Amino acid sequence: MYFLETEDVVKQYSGHLALNKVSIQVPKGKIFGLLGPNGAGKTTLIRIINRITAPDSGVVLLDGRLSQPDDIYRIGYMPEERGLYKKMKVGEQAVYLAQLKGLPYGTARKRLIHWFEKFDIMSWWNRKLEELSKGMQQKVQFIITIIHEPPLLIFDEPFSGFDPVNADLLKQEILELKQDGRTIIFSTHNMASVEEICDEIALINRSQVVLSGDVTEVRNRFKGNTFLLCLKPSAHAFETNSCQYSILSDETDKDIRNIRLRKDTNISNSDLLNLLTSQGEILSFSEELPSMNDIFINTVSSSKSTTI
Amino acid sequence: MNKIGLIIKREYLRRVSKKSFLLLTFLLPFLFVAMVFVPLWLSTIKGDEVRTIAVIDATGKYASLFQDTESYRFIQSDKSLDEYRQNDNKEIYAFMHITGDLLKNPGAAALYSEKQVPGELSRLVNQVIGKELEEEKMASFNIPNLKEIIQESKIKFDIQTIKWGADGKESKSSSMVASITGLIFTLLIYMFIMMYGAMVMQGVMEEKSNRIVEVIVSSVRPFDLMMGKIIGICFVGLTQLFLWGILTAVLFLGSQLFFGIGIDPQMAGVNAVAQPGMDMSGVIADHAELFEVIKTINFTQLALFFILYFIGGYMLYASLFAAIGSSVDNQEDTQQFMMPITILMVFALYAGIYSMENPDGPLAFWCSLIPLTSPIVMMIRLPFDVPYWQLLLSILLLYGTSILIVWVSAKIYRIGILMYGKKPDIKEMIKWIKYK
Repeated sequence: MYFLETEDVVKQYSGHLALNKVSIQVPKGKIFGLLGPNGAGKTTLIRIINRITAPDSGVVLLDGRLSQPDDIYRIGYMPEERGLYKKMKVGEQAVYLAQLKGLPYGTARKRLIHWFEKFDIMSWWNRKLEELSKGMQQKVQFIITIIHEPPLLIFDEPFSGFDPVNADLLKQEILELKQDGRTIIFSTHNMASVEEICDEIALINRSQVVLSGDVTEVRNRFKGNTFLLCLKPSAHAFETNSCQYSILSDETDKDIRNIRLRKDTNISNSDLLNLLTSQGEILSFSEELPSMNDIFINTVSSSKSTTI
Repeated sequence: MNKIGLIIKREYLRRVSKKSFLLLTFLLPFLFVAMVFVPLWLSTIKGDEVRTIAVIDATGKYASLFQDTESYRFIQSDKSLDEYRQNDNKEIYAFMHITGDLLKNPGAAALYSEKQVPGELSRLVNQVIGKELEEEKMASFNIPNLKEIIQESKIKFDIQTIKWGADGKESKSSSMVASITGLIFTLLIYMFIMMYGAMVMQGVMEEKSNRIVEVIVSSVRPFDLMMGKIIGICFVGLTQLFLWGILTAVLFLGSQLFFGIGIDPQMAGVNAVAQPGMDMSGVIADHAELFEVIKTINFTQLALFFILYFIGGYMLYASLFAAIGSSVDNQEDTQQFMMPITILMVFALYAGIYSMENPDGPLAFWCSLIPLTSPIVMMIRLPFDVPYWQLLLSILLLYGTSILIVWVSAKIYRIGILMYGKKPDIKEMIKWIKYK
């Protein structure tokens, strides 16, 4: 069941195609990574989902039906370029922004106090925003994004501006939101965090979706038949010349010998393992999946070369 | 939950609780009233010091003419000027030195003092000697009763202007009072549109450079955000106007009681600008008559139309300002777009001022119909009773154009607030209007 779908969304700006028939499917209750280099069209797509701009053609479906104007209250959006009123008191403006999202005054206040206490920033309620550190402002921003408890959350580069401690706090909060059954769209350049928390991804490059699917499935798709073999170092010679596999690297670190090898395509994993057991004391044997970072770079640069 | 109401409320409360707003709103009427009353009040205070003026008259003809006044005492002296100059003489303030017949040689008299001779004293001297010389001259013609003849031939003439009401009733009118009233309202509406229009632009730019817009437009339509701001600030302007009106009226009444100066507010304004000695009675015979003239101006109607034109004109210009504020990233870039608008406003102001001479002429007529200038120019015409069809047409045109401009500006605003980096040109902004 998809919570959000876009179908063939096209957006044209003067002399520049921002989105070219972009279709994504975001499953309910999952974290969906929207990836892509700068200027690929991610922000435009997010703005269309948020109904900030309208697509030239194509549709956005929320919960299986066409997105309605009132659906914006079912979305919590934290933009990449974010800010608050500098001269306004933190609590006052949090209440104001929560009211704009449709919460009545009393509820807004109650929920905000709960979150401010959770994030340990209650003492800043009556201070002006400009007196807060950047990290604290980001916390306020995060609270405002989720305050109306929307079923869909969109975070555009959420970790930028956070120190490692607060970034981890934020990550935990995002995972907690997922536990609650919220659907989360996560747009980022930080591929390590994608591997860590995303269930599905779509990679947009040059206004088009060039890659999408389940994170593990995508990584499997890109695997290069490489394995990491850890052996106990011994005098026993390791057969480095074989027609079944080729050695990529061979390093001995203290009492572990790490060998990275690529197997031949016509041999099964078990056969390879059989072949290797005779060559030394095996500590571990595992298949290496490519990192999202490599996949990202490969896909983006290859799509560049094909279009040129 | 009404979003636009929330935005209006925030914009309004934030601005009226600002110190600068409170200061300006409550201080300006005081300043205004003080400007009128303090000079009046000061002029009634006489120094208690009586200054001694020594008159050294070589001819002996003039010295006896000087009568002591409240502030000056004249003594005739036989000593020479040099004697005084060499000795210390603190008790004498100034020396009047007359060396010859002034009718033949007007340069034969001078006032000496160690201090700057006050204008009051030289005026007094001029008056006394001038009158004497005039009489001497008249006597020298040897015509009997010449003085009486001249006195009788001094005729003052001031034509009455009378306005016919719809029912044929006559009432005295004064084009000058009408002009001044119109001018005050013209300047007021010009100032308010400029001041509050610029405030809208500042607000829009603040939100854009703060990067809060994208947070807000994800829950509010950009149109609501823009209109909320424009309307909120409009209420701020109306509040200020209202408070100024009330405060000025109260202060004027209070000051009149306090100072015991029996003049009505408009008259006070006229008096304050008039220099002492300038004869205002040539313009308006007396206070009662002035009051009657002022009463012919329909202030309720004037105030009503002022509010109507202010709202219409403000909407028009403020939404233009909002569109400009949304399209640029910083203050410097606004100049290029502000220039044509400022020129238009200044043109309207000048057109208004020139229309004062001929409030029913073609310049006044057309400029009070064209929506970009009508709020300003119509103010000058209003006290002169504009035909109702013109008022109606002008208002309709103004509000129609305002709605159109608001619509166009909203289109530009919607795209502009999310555009960073490049400064757009007019061509690009026109493209934005067409975006879906």
